[in-house]
Amino acid sequence: MTTTDTAAERATGQPRPPVAPGRLPRVTLDRRGTSALVRLSQGWLVLIVALAVLAPVLPLASYAIPIGAPHTAPDLGSFSTLLGTDGLGRSMLSRVVYGARVSLVVGAAACLIAFVVGTVLGLLAGYFGRWIDSVVVLVSDVMLAFPGLVLLLALASIFSPSVKTLILGMGVMGVPQFVRLARAHTLSWSAREFVRAAKGLGANPFRILFREILPNVLPPLASYMPIVLSHIVVAEGSLSFLGLGIPPPRPSWGGMVSAAKDSIADQPMLVFVPALAIFFTVFALNQIGDHLRSRFDRTVEQ
Amino acid sequence: MTEQSSSEQKDPRAVKPEPLLHVTHLRAYLSSRHGVVKAVDDVSFEVGHGEAMGLVGESGSGKSVMSRAIMGLMPRRSDRTGSVLFKGRELIGLPRKEMSEIWGPQISMVFQDPGRSLNPVVPVERQLTEGMRRHLGLGRSEARGRALQLLREVGVSDPERRLRNYPHEMSGGMCQRVMIAAALACEPDLLIADEPTTALDVTIQRQILDLLRRVQRERNMSMILISHNLPLVAGRTDRTAVMYAGRLAETGSTRQVFESPRHRYTAALLAATPTITHERHSPFRLIPGTLPNPVKPPAGCRFAARCDHFHGPCHELGPDMTPVAAGHHVACADPVPAPAAVGARGGEHDGR
Amino acid sequence: MAGSGTAHLRGEDALLSVRNLVVEYHTDAGTVQAVSDVSFDVLPGETLGIVGESGCGKSSMGRAVLRLGGMTSGEISCAGERIDRADEKTMRALRRDMQMIFQNALGSLNPRRHVKEIVAEGLAIDGVPKAERDRRATDMLEEVGLTPERFSDMLPRQLSGGQAQRVAIARALALRPKLLVCDEPVSALDVSVQAQILNLMEKLKPEFDLTVVFIAHDLAVVRSVSDRVLVMYLGKVCEFGDSVEVYDNPVHPYTRALLESVPLPDPDRPFTGSPLEGDVPSPLAPPTGCRFSGRCPAAQERCARSEPEIREVLPGRFAACHYPLAAAADLPDPDARAAAADRREPQGREHEPTGRRPEGA
Repeated sequence: MTTTDTAAERATGQPRPPVAPGRLPRVTLDRRGTSALVRLSQGWLVLIVALAVLAPVLPLASYAIPIGAPHTAPDLGSFSTLLGTDGLGRSMLSRVVYGARVSLVVGAAACLIAFVVGTVLGLLAGYFGRWIDSVVVLVSDVMLAFPGLVLLLALASIFSPSVKTLILGMGVMGVPQFVRLARAHTLSWSAREFVRAAKGLGANPFRILFREILPNVLPPLASYMPIVLSHIVVAEGSLSFLGLGIPPPRPSWGGMVSAAKDSIADQPMLVFVPALAIFFTVFALNQIGDHLRSRFDRTVEQ
Repeated sequence: MTEQSSSEQKDPRAVKPEPLLHVTHLRAYLSSRHGVVKAVDDVSFEVGHGEAMGLVGESGSGKSVMSRAIMGLMPRRSDRTGSVLFKGRELIGLPRKEMSEIWGPQISMVFQDPGRSLNPVVPVERQLTEGMRRHLGLGRSEARGRALQLLREVGVSDPERRLRNYPHEMSGGMCQRVMIAAALACEPDLLIADEPTTALDVTIQRQILDLLRRVQRERNMSMILISHNLPLVAGRTDRTAVMYAGRLAETGSTRQVFESPRHRYTAALLAATPTITHERHSPFRLIPGTLPNPVKPPAGCRFAARCDHFHGPCHELGPDMTPVAAGHHVACADPVPAPAAVGARGGEHDGR
Repeated sequence: MAGSGTAHLRGEDALLSVRNLVVEYHTDAGTVQAVSDVSFDVLPGETLGIVGESGCGKSSMGRAVLRLGGMTSGEISCAGERIDRADEKTMRALRRDMQMIFQNALGSLNPRRHVKEIVAEGLAIDGVPKAERDRRATDMLEEVGLTPERFSDMLPRQLSGGQAQRVAIARALALRPKLLVCDEPVSALDVSVQAQILNLMEKLKPEFDLTVVFIAHDLAVVRSVSDRVLVMYLGKVCEFGDSVEVYDNPVHPYTRALLESVPLPDPDRPFTGSPLEGDVPSPLAPPTGCRFSGRCPAAQERCARSEPEIREVLPGRFAACHYPLAAAADLPDPDARAAAADRREPQGREHEPTGRRPEGA
């Protein structure tokens, strides 16, 4: 870069035009960082999960027993009255925290069921094709076409509403999403040369499926989990709102909104607190899901 | 050629007119996950009027980035400095709007993959006539007439039918012919062909190379033919520039570069290139090692670590080229000794 | 061009023999015959180069030979075992003896597994215990010129193209196969790296006692590694013979055109002959008669009508052409020429890797 004009002339045998001496190109590096929104979302989820897990050891009043007069305003005096009380005088904070437990446990368990079942079915359908594929795709299409809430309503009315039925119903509802995703990824990965190479080494289909394809399919699927989880949290909320969720007195966010809906005009807090909990949680899950997907899912890269 | 050229000629040898393209101290840096890639790092060369220059280098040499830096087609998060004088006009720093007036009627480009550089949902006719109507202000029927004429020129049979075709209805060779026709449509002064035959079969490759050389000569157009394949540029260019790790290693007439390569890298690369006369089961000459890290290129000659004639001064070598014969320049501290007289003549035809 | 026929086969001694192989693909536009009735033999210890342009069926054939791609009909046997008839379980056991190297080296390595694991995968499938596996994987990495300490725990994305191809070679050879099919193993690599890989393969071939099928479109590369060459066009065999003889004196017009299309590093004489006109016809509707007849400079009326059988045009030189180039001057009638070829004594040849040579069948 310390080129003199004479050197330049020597190079081409010609006088050089004037050149801005030695300015080097300036390039800003593409550091794909984590946005503030994603960090806030992570913070919110950590808070919610921590509260839910630590609920029994926190100095919280029971969610089922009134701690004072109904509809008291938020009071900074004690932990339990931080958000005031509900129509029956129970601690709102306590109910929101215990409600998080229900929402998260139901959501996570259902999501895990959907993930495991959906991934296995999607892998099998995508790799073996033929009749397995036709059957799996048909069933998951039928399930996707069937309104999820109606299915859950049917389930809830046949079996008595309980955490178990909820988990099962929501899990089943999430399966087709994972099936589609797993199948699509399996299809694209099984066309790859290293799968052919493994076949050439004499690997049997299950070895290929679980040792070659699965490790590549897992990261994008796992990064999709928060998004499915958010769907389930919403569905659980809707179901509880319709009175088909967790039976009282156990709180759930949807159930709290439902219980307070009649007094929304004079006691908006009672609706807004659980509704905001749902909103922030679902928003945070979607943010994190998108963030993870942009890192682990090749199909969403530009 | 242009107003600026005549005034300041100090060098007695420089009686020749201002070159069509004059690149000096061109640097083009890109952003990557690993840091700033110095894809082109201080490169100077020129292309004369009606001259075909071959630009050869392996992947990572920066040859493709350089063609894009000249064209002003740099990706996001990148920067280029130095000077690119085209007909005496500085292209670096030119606003995109003015640059788009240059693409087509002044400089045009043919890319490696014709299937991808043609728009798949637009019929051939529109892809050919769009530029002509915009840059040359031709009417619909005029442009169509010229498109037919161009297709005939690039050896497309039944051009009327081809005009109605979509890219997917044509073979790779046919797509590349159409690409070349489109590149020629606005009568550019400079055609940059970036690996134009890499995606094509060997018999089609030859047809396309012959075609490029023919139109370049017939139109007295300048051309930069970029390739990783040395033999490919040998018979189709007047001058050849060899690039390695973002720098020029050697420039000279094609004859000089191929018959008496003076840079150690050029010589090694030529020796490592398989030819159809290579003796069976005899080992190839190797270039050991790998390309230097483009983020932190070594000081001095970038080929030093792989060179079998490496010694002290190699680490102090700058990007400048020293003449070893008339029109033949190398950036090498210990060039290959000159063989007995090799003329400074051009590749296929004498001088320009 | 029609390449059907068996005159060039060498029978019993072959390690790999392919008979009347047909590979068809069904597309929306119709059925494509990628490989159309092709037969060939590979003798133990020899390298057979298969060349041709895209669409000639060379890759489909390579995959079919190892049953890594579909085949429609034909017989394939390797070391006496019928590959085409073996059931999946037998086939998995047979695979140890026949390995493949792919064009896209990086794509042939699982992005989520470490180099050592990749190299040892074949051994793991084979049930070799872990310690033994690790030792042999390390040995193989040394063998292909990758320092085990540095490369064992790398992921494929950390490798360059050349290093990835070395890993793929180590993986294939770890099983000590008899047959190695290489499908364009160097065409994605840079010239300097290409030379490294080709030299490595030449070094390993005798060490591992390999028989190689080397598929490539680059004629220069094929010549340097092959003992014999099979030239293909649109799914058919054009010419077969000793690689040096085929290159120095091609008898099929297509072989000659192909050779003349390779650019030479010579500014004065970049090409040796006149270019071949036209495009490769669509494999959906291949021409009748000789498939090359539409582009052949020497084509006559008969070529478009009847498909030439493969026959011995010169001693040890087989071509599927009605009007081969070799003896065109002295023998105008192809039948008389064929008869003359039969009478001619086979000549000795340099580079006979197996010590055997085929007699015209």
